[in-house]
Amino acid sequence: MTRLVPFFGFLLLVALFGFGIWWNTQHDQHEIASPLIDKPAPAYALPVLGEAQRTVDKASMLGKPYFLNVFASWCIECVHEHPIMMTGMKQLGLPLVGFNYKDDPQAATAWLDQHGNPFDVVIADREGRTGIDFGVYAAPETFLIDAKGVIRYKRIGPITPEVLDREIRPALAALAKEGS
Amino acid sequence: MNPTRKRRLAIVISVIVAAVIAVGLIVFALQRNMNYLFTPSQVQQGQATQYPSFRLGGMVKAGSIQRAADSLKVSFIVVDADGAMPVEYTGILPDLFRDNQSVITTGRMDDGRFIASEVLAKHDENYMPKELKDAMAKAHQNRKIDDTAMKDTPQ
Amino acid sequence: MIPELGQFALALALILALVQGILPIIGAWRGNAALMAVARPAAAGQGVFVFFAMGVLIYAFLTYDFSVAYVADNSNLALPWYYRITAVWGAHEGSMLLWVFILNVWSVALATFSRQLPPAFLSRVLAVLGLIGVGFLAFILFTSNPFLRMLPMPADGGDLNPVLQDPGMTFHPPVLYMGYVGFSVAFAFSIAALLGGELEQAWVRWARPWTNAAWAFLTLGIVAGSWWAYAELGWGGWWFWDPVENASFMPWLVGVALIHAQAVTEKRGSLPAWTILLSLFAFSLSLLGTFLVRSGVLTSVHAFASDPRRGLFILGFLVIVIGGSLLLYAVRAPKVAKGKAFAPLSRETGIMIANLLFTTAAAMVLLGTLFPLIGDALNLGRVSVGPPYFGFLFVLLMAPAVLLLPFGPYLRWGKAEGRQLTAVALRAGVAAVICAIVAAFFADGHLRAIAGIAGAIWVAAGTLSYVVKRWREMPRGRRFPAEMAGMLIAHTGVAIFVIGVMLSESLSVERDVRMAPGETATVGSYAFRFDGVRETTGPNWRADEGEVTILSDGKVMTTMHPQKRTYSRGQIQTESAIDAGLFRDIYVALGEPMDATDVEGAWALRLYDKPFVRWIWLGGLFMMAGGALAACERRFRAKKVAAVTQANGTTQADGTGTGSLA
Repeated sequence: MTRLVPFFGFLLLVALFGFGIWWNTQHDQHEIASPLIDKPAPAYALPVLGEAQRTVDKASMLGKPYFLNVFASWCIECVHEHPIMMTGMKQLGLPLVGFNYKDDPQAATAWLDQHGNPFDVVIADREGRTGIDFGVYAAPETFLIDAKGVIRYKRIGPITPEVLDREIRPALAALAKEGS
Repeated sequence: MNPTRKRRLAIVISVIVAAVIAVGLIVFALQRNMNYLFTPSQVQQGQATQYPSFRLGGMVKAGSIQRAADSLKVSFIVVDADGAMPVEYTGILPDLFRDNQSVITTGRMDDGRFIASEVLAKHDENYMPKELKDAMAKAHQNRKIDDTAMKDTPQ
Repeated sequence: MIPELGQFALALALILALVQGILPIIGAWRGNAALMAVARPAAAGQGVFVFFAMGVLIYAFLTYDFSVAYVADNSNLALPWYYRITAVWGAHEGSMLLWVFILNVWSVALATFSRQLPPAFLSRVLAVLGLIGVGFLAFILFTSNPFLRMLPMPADGGDLNPVLQDPGMTFHPPVLYMGYVGFSVAFAFSIAALLGGELEQAWVRWARPWTNAAWAFLTLGIVAGSWWAYAELGWGGWWFWDPVENASFMPWLVGVALIHAQAVTEKRGSLPAWTILLSLFAFSLSLLGTFLVRSGVLTSVHAFASDPRRGLFILGFLVIVIGGSLLLYAVRAPKVAKGKAFAPLSRETGIMIANLLFTTAAAMVLLGTLFPLIGDALNLGRVSVGPPYFGFLFVLLMAPAVLLLPFGPYLRWGKAEGRQLTAVALRAGVAAVICAIVAAFFADGHLRAIAGIAGAIWVAAGTLSYVVKRWREMPRGRRFPAEMAGMLIAHTGVAIFVIGVMLSESLSVERDVRMAPGETATVGSYAFRFDGVRETTGPNWRADEGEVTILSDGKVMTTMHPQKRTYSRGQIQTESAIDAGLFRDIYVALGEPMDATDVEGAWALRLYDKPFVRWIWLGGLFMMAGGALAACERRFRAKKVAAVTQANGTTQADGTGTGSLA
C-alpha cells in the first residue's frame, strides 16, 4: 500500500497544477490592474501623420466610441497584429485611430504602405509625451474609448483572435447595452 | 518482542520523530517568510495592518519620481485603480524602473508612507511570451548602430 | 523552403519516435528479436532527423532568415553571430527543440555504447526514451513550432533579451539540459527494470555511469547559471531561490541521493525499490521544472511562455509519464527487501540518512516554490515565500550531511568499525577546531565565517585522511579507482563550496553610493575612485561606461569599466565590471545618473568586495569533476553478454554478474 503513496502524492500535485492553469485563465495575468480603466482618457492633440497642419484632439473624437491602436514601424508585434487590424477589428465597425508612437514619419508611412492601412486617421506622437499620459510603455497597445471619452478597455500586447472574441467583443457589447 | 521487530520499531519511530521535526521546522520557516502582496487601495483600506512587513504592488505614477539632491534617497507614488501610496526607498533602482511601470516593493509602513527595502520592476506578464521582442518602447537616438564600433566586450 | 524541411524532419522524427517507442516494447514482451532490433536503428533515425532540424534552425538564424517568425522575433541584423546561436534556444519554441535535441544525444549515445546490454532490456530502455520523445515532438509540432513563417517578411527582427546576451547564456541551457534530460536515462533504466522484472542488481551497475554523467552535467549547468546570474544581473547575488533556479536544483538534490543509492544497490543489492523510486523522482522533477517555467502557474523573473494551452498539454504529458511510472512502481517494485542486511552503524545507513536529508531538502524547495500556487488555491491571497525560508531550511538540512561526510568512506558496508570512526573524527575535529580558532582572529567574530571554515576543514581533513589511508594501504594502481577518486574529489568540492558560501555571505561588503567624478569611496580593504562616465558603443548597443580605479593601500591595482547599455531595441542592461580573483572579487555596477540630464555628473554606484565568492563555483566544478570521473569507472561497463536470450525476454546477466533471477 505504501507503494502507492508517491502516485497519489503526484495526483495531488496534478490537481494543484490543473487548478493553477484554470486560475490563470480566470484571472488577469497582471498582478496589478491598469489604473486607467473607467477613467477619462487624457486630453490630447496630435498632428496627423503626413499632414502636419491637421490636428486631431480628444474633443473632436467625442460622441462615438473608437479604438486607439498604438503602433510603430520598429515594433515587431505590430506586424503580427496587423492582419487582424485589417480584417477583424475593421469589421467591428468602429473608427480605428492609429497612434504612431515614437516613430519616424517616413518609416511609419512606408510601413503602412507595405502592410496596409486600416486606420481612419493616424496621429503621430513623435516624442512619446502623450503616450506617457496614456500609460503606454510598449507597442502594440489598444484602447477602447467610449463616446464620453472614457477609457473602457486596454489591451497590452497584440490583438489575437482569442482576445478579439473573449475580451473586445464583450467590451463592445457592454458598451452597447449602456446605450453609450 | 524479537530483535527484528524491535529494530523495525526503532526505525519507524525515528523516522516519525524526524518527520515531525522536519514538518515543524518547515511550517515555522514558512510562516516567518510568507510575504503577502497588497495594492495601494487595499493598504488604504487597512488590509495590511496586521503584517509588519509586506509587498506593495502597483504602477509608478507618472511624474512622481523624485530623487534627493545629495543621497540615494528616492521617493515615488505607487497607484492602482483606486488608491495611491507614497513610497520611499534608499538605494539604486532597477533598470526597468520608470513612469507607468509595474512595480512590486517590499517593506513596511511608517506613518502613512511605505518605506521600501526592495524594489522590483516587473515585465508585464502578458509580455512573457514575447518578452524577447521589443516590448519597451523607448526613444532610440541611433537606430543605425555603428557596425564598425570595436567595443564588444560581454562580461 | 529550408525551414519547411526542418518541420518535415521533425514530423519524420515523431514517426520514428513512435516506432522506437512501441515496437521494441512489444518485442521485449513477446521475445520477438526482430521487433527488439528495431530500437537502435529507430533511435539513430530519430536522432538524424532531430539533429537536422536543429541544424536548419541554427542555419536560419545565421543567415538572418526573418521569414521564420521565431528568427524574426529573437534576432536582428545587428546581433553578433554567437548570440544568434544563443537565440536559437533563447525563447520557448527553440528551447523545446533543444530539449528534444539533447534527448536524442543521450539516446544515440545509449544506442551506440550499450551493445553489450541484454537486447530485451535495451529495447525497453530505448522504447521509454522514444515515448518521451514522442511527447515532446508532438508538443513542438502542435503547439510550439519554431519553423512557422511570418509573411510578409520583416526587414529586420526583434532582439534577444540583452540579459541573455552573455557567453554564459550560450552554454548554460545546453549543459543544463544535458543534465535535466540526462536523468531520462536513469528513468528509462528503472522503467525497463520494472517492466522486465529485472530484479537482479546488474542493471543498476549499467545505469550508474549514465546517471553520474547526467548529474555531472546538471552540476555544471547549475554552476554556469549561478555564475551568469552573478555576472549579468547586476546585484552581486549568485542564487535567488527563484522558481526557475529551483526547478533545476530539485532534480540535482534528488540526483545526489540517487547516485549514492545506486552505489548501495549495485554493491550490496539492498534498497532496490528506493533506488528505482529516486530515479523516477529525479526525472519527474526535471519534467516538472519544464512545466513550471512554461505554464504560467508561477511567475518568475525568467519564466518562458505562459499559455494555458501549452500548460495543459505539458500537464497531460506529466500525468502520463510520471503518473504512469509511479503506478508501474506501485505494482511492480521489488516486494522483497533483498540484498545483504546491514547494521545500524554502516555505510548503508549513512547513505540512507544522507538520502533522506537530500530528498527532504528537495521536498522543502518544492513546497516553497509551489506555495504561491497553494496560496491561490486556498484563497490565502497573493503570497510569496521569501528566500530566507529556503536558505534557513537548506542549511539546517545540510548541516547533518556535512557532519556525516568525512565518515562516509570509513563506514564499512554491512557493519562499520567504531574504532576507525573515532580516529577520523578526532583528526578531522582537531583540524577543524584549530582552523576555526585561527579564523576567529581574521574574521572579526563573524560566526558564519567561523562555522563555515570549521565545517569545510572538517570535511576536507576527513577526506584527506582517507586519501592518506588508501595511499598507505593499497598497492599502486589500485589505490584510487575512478569511482573512488570521483567520490573523494566531489566530497572535497563540498568543502570548497562551504567555504565559498559561508565566507562570501558573511564577509562581503556592499555599498550603494552616490559619487561625483573624482570622489573616492572605501569598501572593505579597497578604495574605489570614480573617474566619470563616457559614451561607448558595441555591435548592437550603445553605453555609458564608467571608469572606476581601485586602490589598495594607495597603490592603483586596476581600473574597471562598468557599463549601462541601451540595446538597439531600447532595452537597458547593466553590465557590471568584475575584477576576479581566487580569494576575492571586486564588483562594480553603475546605477543611474543622479541627474538624468547630466550624464557626466554624479552617478549612483554599487560597490562590492566579495571574498572567496569564486570558491562557490569552484566547489561546484569539483563536484562535477567527481561525478564525471566516477562515470568513467571501468567496473560499470557491461561485458559482452555471453548467454542466449530466453523466450520470456530475460537474459542471463553479463559475465561478471551474480545472475540471480528472482
